[in-house]
Amino acid sequence: MKTKAIYFDYASTTPVDPRVAKKMHECLLLDGNFGNPSSRSHEFGWKAEEVVEKARFQVADLINADSREIVWTSGATESDNLAIKGAAKFYKDRGNHIITSKIEHKAVLDPCRQLEREGFEVTYLDPDKDGVVTLEEIKKHVKETTTLISLMHINNELGSINDIGKIGDFAREKNIIFHVDAAQSIGKINIDLSKLNVDLMSFSAHKCYGPKGMGALYIRRKPRVRLEALIHGGGHERGFRSGTLATHQIVGMGEAFSLVKKEMARDNKKIKELSEFFWDQISGIEEIVLNGNKKNKVANIINVSFSYVEGESLIMALKDVAVSSGSACTSASLEPSYVLRALGRPDELAHSSIRFSFGRFTTKEEVKMVAETTKRVVGQLRELSPLWDMYLDGVDLEKVEWAPH
Amino acid sequence: MAYSRKVIKKFEETLNNPSANNVGRLDPNSDSVGTGMVGAPACGDVMRLQIEVDNKNKITDCKFKTYGCGSAIASSQQMIEMLKGKTLDEAKSIKDREIAKLLELPPIKLHCSVLAEDSIKKAIADYESKKA
Repeated sequence: MKTKAIYFDYASTTPVDPRVAKKMHECLLLDGNFGNPSSRSHEFGWKAEEVVEKARFQVADLINADSREIVWTSGATESDNLAIKGAAKFYKDRGNHIITSKIEHKAVLDPCRQLEREGFEVTYLDPDKDGVVTLEEIKKHVKETTTLISLMHINNELGSINDIGKIGDFAREKNIIFHVDAAQSIGKINIDLSKLNVDLMSFSAHKCYGPKGMGALYIRRKPRVRLEALIHGGGHERGFRSGTLATHQIVGMGEAFSLVKKEMARDNKKIKELSEFFWDQISGIEEIVLNGNKKNKVANIINVSFSYVEGESLIMALKDVAVSSGSACTSASLEPSYVLRALGRPDELAHSSIRFSFGRFTTKEEVKMVAETTKRVVGQLRELSPLWDMYLDGVDLEKVEWAPH
Repeated sequence: MAYSRKVIKKFEETLNNPSANNVGRLDPNSDSVGTGMVGAPACGDVMRLQIEVDNKNKITDCKFKTYGCGSAIASSQQMIEMLKGKTLDEAKSIKDREIAKLLELPPIKLHCSVLAEDSIKKAIADYESKKA
């Protein structure tokens, strides 16, 4: 695809690293490693199994886990489903209460809604104004019947970071299973599962230069965590997830994680510099609001609202820049971001949020160009905005009687 | 969100050359000007239409400002093209469906053209209340 558009949506998905693509390609053709990893009766199967297990080791190695704790899935959505439904159902004799938050990804919220329909009780916690779920808030809502806490590590819209160390310690003490969606974490924050009291952790390959349709779930062995499987048919992955293993996808995820291990420090240094440079360039725009707290977020995501400018028109005006308004999953609808709403932001700011996210292949020239374009089009759109007029005239928009439709 | 070519064209023309494309404001206190503002920031769109009317009840000038998505801005522009030179009675008969059809708005964006029709009605009502 030839396009002059600049990609600033790495938090939505990343391109596959060419080194990853090469490894994947080696597992497709007749003269390659195409066998079924479950075939025990011939060399084709053994060879495929070998690379699948190598990839399992690569994934485990990055997060300091045992490779036997990694189960392959089709992506973080499936991992979240398996973790949440699987744990809630397996431990239902202990209790039926689940704690999560209002700003989780839909891959966590929707399984929780489904469990509610099946008779479970779910508490959706409010985050603080920066998009962080605090331990205090969890303590307030935990019950005798709580069996599972499911929280994201890094919020996909804001980049805000939850303290999963502290929350994990509390969960362990209370004998509550702790699931963490870490889809946005890989390559941004170091994860050491030998130190974290996390029982289940979801990962995705395509957020860190691996292929789409590929993920993993970490399932702790000590103390052992058990799950009810969602997919049956052959007992692959120790019964947790049946289905022929997608060798090329798995190898791609393994390679992507191994590259992250090698290059994370360098990538992050570059991205931090670019992100600071970008913020320096745009923070001078009048009435700009940074969503999330600069001191407690990952550098690759910058989520801002430009007051009196509507988000969809801003995206349309930024026509050669690929960014997203809210999360990619909801940008097809007219709803303002539910994440920003949960932060207590007024609706008009939730309607005008834009997420810029950077990655491995972002260049300084691109950042410069996007910053300049943003400044220009925000000015142009404000020229068209009756709200901007009113703001300049000193009208208090809160006091205007609107005619909602 | 996929937009029709017509919406994109109108949006970009307006963005890049606002003064030539009816963006602006007229004196809301003038007896010959009617103002209609509809929508709400919380819904994601606010449209302000102003019409200037001569003593033969003919619309001689129109200005708008719109906070909203590309379709809302394009609908405002389309509406003004239809309004200019019309009498108030003719303007009252402009329907949201005509605007939507001309811009090929998808169902999810039909509220933009509804907003445009509402702003015409409100601007005319404001003008007529001044004359009453």
